[in-house]
Amino acid sequence: MNLDSKIPEGPLAEKWSSHKFNMKLVNPANRRKYHVIVVGSGLAGGAAAASLAEQGYKVSCFCYQDSPRRAHSIAAQGGINAAKNYQNDGDSVQRLFYDTVKGGDYRSREANVYRLAEVSADIIDQCVANGVPFAREYGGLLANRSFGGAQVSRTFYARGQTGQQLLLGAYAALSRQIGLGNVKMHNRHELLDVVKVEGHAKGIIVRNMVSGEVSRHAGDCVVLATGGYGNVFFLSTNAQGCNVTAAYRAHKRGAGFANPCYTQIHPTCIPVHGDKQSKLTLMSESLRNDGRVWTPMDAETAKQIREGRLDPNQLPEADRDYFLERKYPSFGNLAPRDISSRAAKEACDEGRGVAATGLGVFLDFRDAIKRDGQKAIEERYGNLFEMYRCITGDNPYETPMMIFPAVHYTMGGLWVDYNLESTIPGMFVGGEANFSDHGANRLGASALMQGLADGYFVLPYTVGNYLGEQGVAAAGKVTTDHPAFAEVEADVKARINKLLSINGTETPRSFHKRLGQIIWNQCGMARSKEGLEGAIRDLQELRKEFWSNLKVVGGADGINPELERAGRVADFIEFGELMCRDALMREESCGGHFRVEHQTEEGEALRDDENYAFVGVWEYLGDDVEPNLHKEPLIYENVKLATRSYK
Amino acid sequence: MNAFCNFLKSTIGRKVLMALTGLVLVGFVMGHMLGNLQIFLGAEAINAYAYKLHEVLPSSALWAVRLFLLASVAIHIWAAVTLTLDNRRARPSGYDADRVIQASYSSRTMRMSGVILLAFIVFHLAHFTARVVPGMQYEDPGVIEETEVPLVKKGEAVLKNGEVVMTFNVNDMMISGFQVWWVSAFYVIATGLLCMHLTHGVSSMFQTVGLRNALWRKRLDKLALAYGWVVFLGFAMIPIAVLGGILEKDPSGGLVSGVMEPSESATLAQTEQN
Amino acid sequence: MEKTMNLTLKVWRQTSANAKGHFETYKVENISGDSSFLEMMDILSEQLVEAGKEPVAFDHDCREGICGMCSMTINGIPHGPEKATTTCQLHMRHFHDGQTITIEPFRAKPFPVLKDLMVDRSAFDRIIQSGGFITARAGSGVDANAIPIPKKTADYAMDAAACIGCGACVAACPNASAMLFTGAKVSHMNSLPQGKAEKHRRALAMVTTMDGEGFGGCTNIGECEAACPKSISLDMIAQLNRDYATAQVKNFFQPVS
Repeated sequence: MNLDSKIPEGPLAEKWSSHKFNMKLVNPANRRKYHVIVVGSGLAGGAAAASLAEQGYKVSCFCYQDSPRRAHSIAAQGGINAAKNYQNDGDSVQRLFYDTVKGGDYRSREANVYRLAEVSADIIDQCVANGVPFAREYGGLLANRSFGGAQVSRTFYARGQTGQQLLLGAYAALSRQIGLGNVKMHNRHELLDVVKVEGHAKGIIVRNMVSGEVSRHAGDCVVLATGGYGNVFFLSTNAQGCNVTAAYRAHKRGAGFANPCYTQIHPTCIPVHGDKQSKLTLMSESLRNDGRVWTPMDAETAKQIREGRLDPNQLPEADRDYFLERKYPSFGNLAPRDISSRAAKEACDEGRGVAATGLGVFLDFRDAIKRDGQKAIEERYGNLFEMYRCITGDNPYETPMMIFPAVHYTMGGLWVDYNLESTIPGMFVGGEANFSDHGANRLGASALMQGLADGYFVLPYTVGNYLGEQGVAAAGKVTTDHPAFAEVEADVKARINKLLSINGTETPRSFHKRLGQIIWNQCGMARSKEGLEGAIRDLQELRKEFWSNLKVVGGADGINPELERAGRVADFIEFGELMCRDALMREESCGGHFRVEHQTEEGEALRDDENYAFVGVWEYLGDDVEPNLHKEPLIYENVKLATRSYK
Repeated sequence: MNAFCNFLKSTIGRKVLMALTGLVLVGFVMGHMLGNLQIFLGAEAINAYAYKLHEVLPSSALWAVRLFLLASVAIHIWAAVTLTLDNRRARPSGYDADRVIQASYSSRTMRMSGVILLAFIVFHLAHFTARVVPGMQYEDPGVIEETEVPLVKKGEAVLKNGEVVMTFNVNDMMISGFQVWWVSAFYVIATGLLCMHLTHGVSSMFQTVGLRNALWRKRLDKLALAYGWVVFLGFAMIPIAVLGGILEKDPSGGLVSGVMEPSESATLAQTEQN
Repeated sequence: MEKTMNLTLKVWRQTSANAKGHFETYKVENISGDSSFLEMMDILSEQLVEAGKEPVAFDHDCREGICGMCSMTINGIPHGPEKATTTCQLHMRHFHDGQTITIEPFRAKPFPVLKDLMVDRSAFDRIIQSGGFITARAGSGVDANAIPIPKKTADYAMDAAACIGCGACVAACPNASAMLFTGAKVSHMNSLPQGKAEKHRRALAMVTTMDGEGFGGCTNIGECEAACPKSISLDMIAQLNRDYATAQVKNFFQPVS
């Protein structure tokens, strides 16, 4: 596996502009001869499809939802970072770059992150031009806030619906191209496999989720923007349909999978209420600006609260442990996501958790309400408080909110070079689906930035470069008549038939839940060698059981949600094993990856820069063969590696 | 012209026409009501009012107004019918558990109130304008004693060129009409429906032409409600007063004493000619 | 102790777009008040699958009230009885033990049923494709602060842009009118300085598409606003009416596109 990152020569700040100059261009008249397949219609996919079509390429775009507007980018609440320095508070491309590398616990590629910071300003310009109604001040200029513990105010936001508004901007641009006939949109289509011709990605096999028809689509290259794999945990803040299938199928066809163990657990989610739950709901991190996180000092008091025998409001100050303020006095309740999440888990492990399940900590606004008045708090968080009340039935103005960490984002993904091209030539990966920019931990308000950077400002250049390199003679040469398509299509159909013919007794959802339990317990917030080894065994067992005892009702034709879930769960089970292997391999703690064996005396993450400053890239070798590990060394020329300290 | 056809084809275009014709009819209804209420001032006033309507303007102008009103009604109905058909097509099947969340009764029953109102308008025109409703032959003895009465001012008959000006006895026609209980009942019910129609319509027309927002919606809704009630009370008062015996026929047309002085009557006749 | 409930569900079943549908009645037991409506539907589905029957097909995705995918009419009201709430955010504590709940798909000719409770809302996409955008290709934006936008205008645009495109407005309207959806999009873009250049063209094109898709007309009764999970205001319809009429007048004298 060739892991040439293709980082351009030259000083960091000039890499992207010199690379843009060196890249091949395609003559505007020739662009319509090329056909680009884009899978996924979120920020990265939607923006890429629209931008490529604007340039003149013929584009086909696929999404599993009933409309491209529903991609899960829509759910991001907080905001989008950009190094605009509109607040005159010392922000710059350099600082955003540095913060992102540091926030990622020094496990991301410098050149990529720098480019991300560089184009961040263009993203805001583009979004405003597209009609995104960002929050504004009375003077009519854009408002910013500080987010996720950043020391500067660089986050742009549209109420609590920033992701929705950005996605609607990209969706509008995409819709315009669909209306003009430059993009052919395929809603309710799910990618089931990738077709390679002479080593290059040249097409995909999809299933029409309404008719059940399996069809082939050929193109000159393929862009995957299919999101993250958080649903491997069963319970996550991801949408129900989010899945790893596209990325994992590509992996099986030769794309290296990088850092699958880097998953982000978000500290402020609404706690789990029971075993019938399907989804966890995130509440904006901004709540931590005024809310104080605490649990009772001792387990006995916690038990009384859990059982409803004690009103938490009655608990005297001395019996409360504001553990984030205690452990991280300078950042306090605003400590980064991974650190806050782990601290909450520790408190619950000590039996001090609240909520009916014992898996929850308080996020208390009592002092803020006393200080600023209920009206001020209502203005700041009214919609979040309402959401909390709607879901839990509790009034957070009166009883403290309860929160617990939940899986929220996955930093790992398909390995890509500087051009966002995977190890399969002609296959590009954008957004959360790639591993590129966040290292081992993502900073708040950076996901939207990366998705749009990839879609609007990186892929439209690098895809063109690839097509230019292929030459116009190659444009449209591969058609679905090529034998490779028939072969892959037959594989896909055989797999569907196999899923339908097992006729066992256990439903796909039940397997998914069991998978989630294993991953959450052993590959969640704290991981150990023993646990991970056990998990790998359990997952292999689960996989066998899945393929011998699965029950899928309905047929291959028409709408069949059970069949869809079965296919996704099958991939998740295999992927879960890869995740555990990666976590087991990485004998250090960094960002979202915490190995209990590697921590300081105070319980903080202990990185091993000497041995693990690399991207772990896995190569698929076969169903029952251990995957092969490749390493892309991470070389830091501009940032000095340091221990992340938020004390 | 093509643009105008497209406008008419669109749902919004037809709605705008409904709003504009609605506005005409809303204005007419108020004028009509104020005119009718003059019956409480006595036969003299209401008859003079009717005389003015018919004789002051040239008959072509009267017909122009009538046709304009009729056209408004026709366009209003045409838009309502075509939109209703479109709307039915758009929602061929309803819900098993049909529920209304907030829509007012009057807003949901515009079609019902509209259709009944149309029937009423036809009856009303036949009854009081064309005067062709069977069983109410106005010339029959006992219905209206005197169909032609002198035009009266300040209790005296008006002279024109030395002759007494005669006019139709609207006062007696209305009163004898409303003395039939079911006519009065129909009239009260119809004006009640008109009130309902207006409580939605008067506010709704501002929405349709885009001149309403959340703040003004509340105000306009109240205005529409008030307007509807005023119209209802104004119209319904008359048949109730007739049935209650408050208003009575006056075969003299309000004549109290003799004939008006020629000089005065000349001025009146002159102003009428202007 | 947590309160649970037993419910009777009367659910619309329809095997495919062309098939004739009918109601079927199911019982679900021990439903927690903390479960969302869709989690209750999951339980029903698992129950059916275990009995070897096909589960009820329904659309859903984010389950946090923002993607707009969930779409069912609960006891005659799209997204159910709670105000400003999507089906996925509707919790079972708002129902009571022993209750019968009628669950139907969104009903509108332009939203044909695909299966059970799933409908095809691609008509909305086509309305957007005809004009619900601001033509600004990637890279062409000027500095984001170059054009100040009064806070009030930005807030109003955001009020309009909050629409999640779920189609509850159409489902609630006895005329299956899409005026609230189209009005929200037109109001969002027409109110921003960036969207002014295409203001008239946008209003004309989107209304033409909307009518062409077979949505009914607006009778200003306000059911859409009441059913809307994002409380999009009728003001958006007023603006659409105004912008459309103005565009038609302009177009009459001088074609706008």
